[in-house]
Amino acid sequence: MGKLLIYLRDYKKESILGPLFKLLEASFELIVPLVMAAIIDTGIANQDKGYVFQYGIILILLGLIGLICSITAQYFAAKAAVGFSTKLRHALFTHIEGLSFQEIDTVGTSTLITRMTSDINQVQSGVNLTLRLFLRSPFIVFGAMIMAFTIDFKAALIFVVAIPLLSIVVFTVMLVSIPIYKKVQSCLDHVLLLTRENLTGARVIRAFHKEEEEYKRFLDKNGQLTSLQMFVGSITALTNPITYVIINGAIILLIYTGAIQVNIGNLTQGQVVALVNYMSQILVELIKLANLIVSMTKAFACANRVQSIFEIECSIKEKSKKGIEDASLQKNFSSMKTIVPAIEFQKVCLTYQNAGEEALTDLNFTVNKGQTIGIIGGTGSGKSSLVHLIARYYDVSKGQVLINGEDVRDYPLDMLRRKVGIVMQKAVLFQGSLRDNLKWGKEDATEEEMWHALELSQAKEFVLTKEGGLDFIISQGGKNLSGGQKQRLTIARALIRKPEILILDDSASALDFATDAKLRAAIKTIGKEMTVFIVSQRASSIQYADQILVLDDGQIVGKGKHEELLENCKVYQEIYYSQFPKQATSY
Amino acid sequence: MAIVSKVLRYIKKYRFFVILSLALAAVTVALTLYLPILTGNAVDLILGKGQVDFDAIFAILKQMAIIMVITAIAQWIMGLCNNHITYYVVRDIREKAFEKLEILPLKYIDGHSYGEIVSRIIADADQFADGLLMGFTQLFSGVITILGTLLFMLSINIRITLVVVIITPVSLFVAAFIAKRTYSMFHLQSSTRGEQTALIEEVIGNQKVVQAYQQEENYTKKFDEINKRLETCSLKAIFYSSITNPATRFVNSLVYAGVGITGAISAIYGGISVGQLSCFLSYANQYTKPFNEISGVITELQNALACAARIFDLIEEEPQKPDDSDASILDHVNGTIDLANVSFSYVKEVPLIKNFNLHVNPGQRIAIVGPTGCGKTTLINLLMRFYDVNSGNILIDNNSIYHITRESLRKQYGMVLQETWLRHGTVKENIIMGKPYATQEEILKAAKASHADSFIRRLPNGYDTIIGEDGGSLSQGQKQLLCITRVMLCLPPMLILDEATSSIDTRTELKIQEAFAKMMEGRTSFIVAHRLSTIQSADIILVMKDGNIIEQGNHETLIKQGGFYAKLYQSQFA
Repeated sequence: MGKLLIYLRDYKKESILGPLFKLLEASFELIVPLVMAAIIDTGIANQDKGYVFQYGIILILLGLIGLICSITAQYFAAKAAVGFSTKLRHALFTHIEGLSFQEIDTVGTSTLITRMTSDINQVQSGVNLTLRLFLRSPFIVFGAMIMAFTIDFKAALIFVVAIPLLSIVVFTVMLVSIPIYKKVQSCLDHVLLLTRENLTGARVIRAFHKEEEEYKRFLDKNGQLTSLQMFVGSITALTNPITYVIINGAIILLIYTGAIQVNIGNLTQGQVVALVNYMSQILVELIKLANLIVSMTKAFACANRVQSIFEIECSIKEKSKKGIEDASLQKNFSSMKTIVPAIEFQKVCLTYQNAGEEALTDLNFTVNKGQTIGIIGGTGSGKSSLVHLIARYYDVSKGQVLINGEDVRDYPLDMLRRKVGIVMQKAVLFQGSLRDNLKWGKEDATEEEMWHALELSQAKEFVLTKEGGLDFIISQGGKNLSGGQKQRLTIARALIRKPEILILDDSASALDFATDAKLRAAIKTIGKEMTVFIVSQRASSIQYADQILVLDDGQIVGKGKHEELLENCKVYQEIYYSQFPKQATSY
Repeated sequence: MAIVSKVLRYIKKYRFFVILSLALAAVTVALTLYLPILTGNAVDLILGKGQVDFDAIFAILKQMAIIMVITAIAQWIMGLCNNHITYYVVRDIREKAFEKLEILPLKYIDGHSYGEIVSRIIADADQFADGLLMGFTQLFSGVITILGTLLFMLSINIRITLVVVIITPVSLFVAAFIAKRTYSMFHLQSSTRGEQTALIEEVIGNQKVVQAYQQEENYTKKFDEINKRLETCSLKAIFYSSITNPATRFVNSLVYAGVGITGAISAIYGGISVGQLSCFLSYANQYTKPFNEISGVITELQNALACAARIFDLIEEEPQKPDDSDASILDHVNGTIDLANVSFSYVKEVPLIKNFNLHVNPGQRIAIVGPTGCGKTTLINLLMRFYDVNSGNILIDNNSIYHITRESLRKQYGMVLQETWLRHGTVKENIIMGKPYATQEEILKAAKASHADSFIRRLPNGYDTIIGEDGGSLSQGQKQLLCITRVMLCLPPMLILDEATSSIDTRTELKIQEAFAKMMEGRTSFIVAHRLSTIQSADIILVMKDGNIIEQGNHETLIKQGGFYAKLYQSQFA
């Protein structure tokens, strides 16, 4: 929680002024009884109607000043709280954006969403309430105790015992309930997960007529959430009654000691009344505080959850700025001097977090600029993992990946990723116009460049039929496009930036053969500068590549041209003939 | 107010707790108002040096202790009741919303952003709970305190009571005024939050792509733009609504001044005693306090109602047409399928399928081919009744699918889609979706048939490995293998395979094809595919283009026709 407070930094003024005005208001409130006393003592006693009206107006003025102070306080508190959460949300969002694939795989999307939304909302209202009320209560509690001391030392000792007792109650309740509130939030994560799953999997769930079972599952999780909420609610519900007992117990004691003191002449009746009044004042404040504690505790628990996301460090780190500059200087130098391979894998191994086995084992190969590399292999053989290493989406666990002779870890991430255009297996487009989606590849892309890229990716034809053409609005997740259309658009998005390295990670799977062939022919026309990786299941997609890598179980089992591999690589032969049975090839 | 009555309908179920809570509130308030009187009585017995009646004081103190304990217990139980009502009502509402989710037409789900729907069921319900709880805890005791003090004041002086009674409601008026103004602000806040959630969902859910295109900054900008708007409207909503409390307190100080002035003047004329006046003032204070709290609660309640409105919108969304009450249950189908004069379009203005007729005999294999994006999946949407036809009819074994239960209809199909879907859970849980009580052997058999067994075995915990949301770190191909296993396990009479093997390597695919071929024997199957061998051997090939079925026949006849299919076929070997 503490670490989150830095986001209040820019609202120092507001965070101080808010409570300050609140205290001011409280002080004015304390003057009111004095004015009333004056009305009674002087006005009524002297039968002075003018005096009564005069002081009556003062009462109204005090109310007015209180109103102004209070509104000011509310404003500053609201401003600080809202500003705080805005900054926090921004910081968390950028932090999550900076996490690597590895962390996102482990943490999970649903919980990240709850933390960004519901948790931060709770923290916001916690901050707001704290600024508005949390300081006021201790002020009045301790103020009352000090006043008690001015009246009678012995009686005041009752305050000295009661107040720590009250604090213990308040803090115990908080300490006990914070971990439970954390559990409540994680239950909420589960409910969220189920809801999301039922949206994304609506078709499958209905196809298997699982609606009722899903509903039952939801009832179960939701029930768990409710009973946890009830449990923690019953604990926090104790605060009020316990404080009530402590304070009234203290009042009973006060009357008792008061009676003794008065009996021996140390105190007057009026002073006893005053002491009792101060104790009641504490009660009123504490009841207000108790209502706050629920929100406070929740806010604490939520703040901890937010904090824990901040504590996840990105496993992929850029080298220090200095190192980067040196490295990139060197790079420019070296690329001028000698011709180095565009990409080189040296003894590369990759093990995913929490996975037992290596996903990739001892990969060695070099690729020259402008070459087309085909990567083929069975499901789960590590094809995608291999290409993900090029743009450093994961870090190798052993060995080195070099681009233009430099270790990818020596590049600034941004620079590295700008070199690479990757089209992922799952075609993802974002809500917005088609134009906006294409601009991802190149921010200042002209109309011409866009159409060119669309033409290359074989998407032009269908884009022309869409209403608005480039301004066609793609709905979330690209739901208003077919799988093949999405794939072609994602390819266009990669092509438009004319990357040094283009990676097509099985990204033509939803295309029919004819479109696929046209696409490959089009990519060839782009130029000799671009190094292209084609990951595919289809032998036809890669058979004309300059170099084909055959992967099996994370290892390279074949490397070379189509003809060579057809002769000497058993795995390749199997793949090829599975797709082109001899009679089909002879057709 | 319509929303309030809807909320009340949910609360009705817990009326016992509501009544109990009200009764306890009455007890608590009465006792808390009575306790100061006892204190006063005790103080009256402490007159001065040597004039203290200890016996009487002890008696009073004993009474105080008893009352105090009763009050505390009543308070605690009341708290429990309020928790009970609130959390159960929210639970019920969430359940209702989720139940609705299961019967909403797919059109709604396809047409709305997931993030937004999620935000309604999660965040809005949560806010609603908070507001409702506050409402219950403070509204009840507030109202009863008002009534209690009113009685005490009336017993002292009617005229001054009138002053109090007339001025105080001004605070309610002020509160209502502010509430009305801020409701729209809260609504705006809640919908801006929904918008933000949708963006977060989109970006975080697809982070890999975002990073691949260095769109982090761009989306941070977009996020910040919404965040900024949220800041502005939240600040407005929170600030304006928080004016309520100071404003009503100001009205209270007017009441206090009013009582002070009228009271003092009556005192001058001898209407009341000074003691009565001070007593009156303290009750006036007690009386107005709940008005503050109530107005504070009103703010919370408004926010809660704005959130509730959004959930109710979802709950009241029109569900898919329920099964006919006399819908028959389809059982043991042969697999004869007829599409008679079927017309369909997603959007009214853009007709897609027009007057389509097709007759499929049991056990026939129908391949659907066509260029990418020609609407092949539309047919599947209609067959599975994810969408209803606009006109025409679809018959299975001469039963219209609109007169049989959806469940029994869908049970007849085994469906594997190109877009895989796996849930968070173990591999096994994902496989047995269609057949929850499958034995271990059956599962193994299915997994072996789909060739998923070998990769599953290599996972850290084999079949009990927990896979993350949406398949987590499994590759697309592995996910497809699991989806195929799912269907292999339950072996329904008809099959729908929509590019079911698009991400599976061909070696494995070839092996699966054998299993598929065996499975398809005697089963009517619809196959969307691009693989030639699959298409060639189909009994009927439907060639689709731009949503229309343009050619229909088997491989030989279509090649002879020399139409679109022939061209498509030749291009594969070009």
